[in-house]
Amino acid sequence: MRPFVYKKVTTVEGAVNSIRGDARFLGGGTNLVDLMKTGTEQPSELVDISRVPLMNIEEQRNGGLRIGATVRNSALANHPVVRQRYPVLAQALLSGASPQIRNMATVGGNLLQRTRCYYFYDPSYVECNKRTPGSGCAALQGQNRMHVILGGSESCIATHPSDMAVAMMALDAVVRVQSASGEHAIPLMKFYRLPGTTPHIETELKRDEMIVGIDLPPVVGRHSHYLKVRDRNSYAFALVSVAAVMDVEAGNKIREARIALGGVAPRPWRIPEAEKALAGQTADEAAFKNAADILLKDAKGQRHNGFKVELARRSIVRALTIASTPRGGQ
Amino acid sequence: MEDETKSPLDDLTRRAFLATTVAASAVPLVAQGTAPAHTVACTLTVNQVPHQLKLDPRLTLLDLLRERLGLTGTKKGCDHGQCGACTVIVNGERINSCLALAVSHDGEAITTIEGLANGDALHPVQEAFLTHDGFQCGFCTPGQICSAVSVLKEARRGMPSAVTADLAATGPITLTKAEVRERMSGNLCRCGAYTNIVAAIMASTGGDIA
Repeated sequence: MRPFVYKKVTTVEGAVNSIRGDARFLGGGTNLVDLMKTGTEQPSELVDISRVPLMNIEEQRNGGLRIGATVRNSALANHPVVRQRYPVLAQALLSGASPQIRNMATVGGNLLQRTRCYYFYDPSYVECNKRTPGSGCAALQGQNRMHVILGGSESCIATHPSDMAVAMMALDAVVRVQSASGEHAIPLMKFYRLPGTTPHIETELKRDEMIVGIDLPPVVGRHSHYLKVRDRNSYAFALVSVAAVMDVEAGNKIREARIALGGVAPRPWRIPEAEKALAGQTADEAAFKNAADILLKDAKGQRHNGFKVELARRSIVRALTIASTPRGGQ
Repeated sequence: MEDETKSPLDDLTRRAFLATTVAASAVPLVAQGTAPAHTVACTLTVNQVPHQLKLDPRLTLLDLLRERLGLTGTKKGCDHGQCGACTVIVNGERINSCLALAVSHDGEAITTIEGLANGDALHPVQEAFLTHDGFQCGFCTPGQICSAVSVLKEARRGMPSAVTADLAATGPITLTKAEVRERMSGNLCRCGAYTNIVAAIMASTGGDIA
């Protein structure tokens, strides 16, 4: 591992005033430390924000929830308000990683974790536009079973690995960001960039900005479900995941729906047209299949993952079916 | 009378022998020929013993325990957070020590497999692993046991898992085999001793685990 300067800070002000050059913030370290071991990440300085007191989860007057950036994934999954009012988020968190990693990983770090594309992780492969801009993409012609079916480019076909972010996307989360010049908010819908020709730039977050928290608005509906489909039943990344949140009226009519997909794109994937098509419809298989078709209209498999398109279609229908039952998948 | 044919090595334990022969090559992986940018003064309390240390920021908690403090019970399996062999308990929570920078845990209390027993009296979960033969080669066992001790506490605290039927319900969780399997999924066993590991943990659920 390349030598680096280590600085522990205990305030947000201390953090944003310390960040400079290629320095990186260290949260739980579950992804960053791992990438530093392989040499994929080589910061010359770490600013340790893991003990900055942003560990509160507070109910808001509008019925929403404010989550501090250094709250651990396990603490968020275990919070009574999350378990009762945002079960789709608790389900997503509990389906991610392992209990040990959830005890370490912060909420802010979860949003910023990087792809698990094998070629990005292993510097012995020279080609990776995300690691070394302009070097090419080894996954395009290599092993690409885990890769995207939506939103990729000729530069990069890596997926975003988070479960939490998929549920938060369906919940219309807002990311609160601070720098030395002040605080601002970025809706999660606009937080992640598609790779295009610059896959090394993954979010709208600037180098000197720090995530200080995430706001969840009040839930749109009591019906929700997080469905994760993977190669083994626990402790594996999603081949496909679906976060579904619905408000279903008496008479089985859908008032509102939110759908986000994981494991299929460079960011949690959400298409508002699919949700508009569900509004006012009867909650049945025909409506769900139509929504799935809209979500996947541009889906295209790589050499090894054509199966993901049909898997995603069926997973969307199944997640919406479970969510629309009276107990909403709970 | 002393046996004159006895080799000096006969008096050495396997662990001490390994320590002497490995010492020369036991350069922490962080170093790899490059000097640290600086060192950081830290105090970490391991198994109730405080250690004042000057640490290379690159040193993981796992390498600190094994290479600097001689606590080789905690194992290095994958060194990437995928196998759980390095599981230790920090401030009451289980973590992967291979993904933790030691400097980041300044001032914290760490419990390793060496800290679970009370003198010669094994921890009840250690006893249960012996009774139920919850291992074969034993390499993953320290991590399995540190994880299992945490599983029992987490269930008692009411922490849900991905297979908990009713997330909204509060209060202690009853550990079924399905719950134990899900909660132990961060600990791999290449020998495949899972059936007996689950049995050992199920047998521990009734006891009063400190």
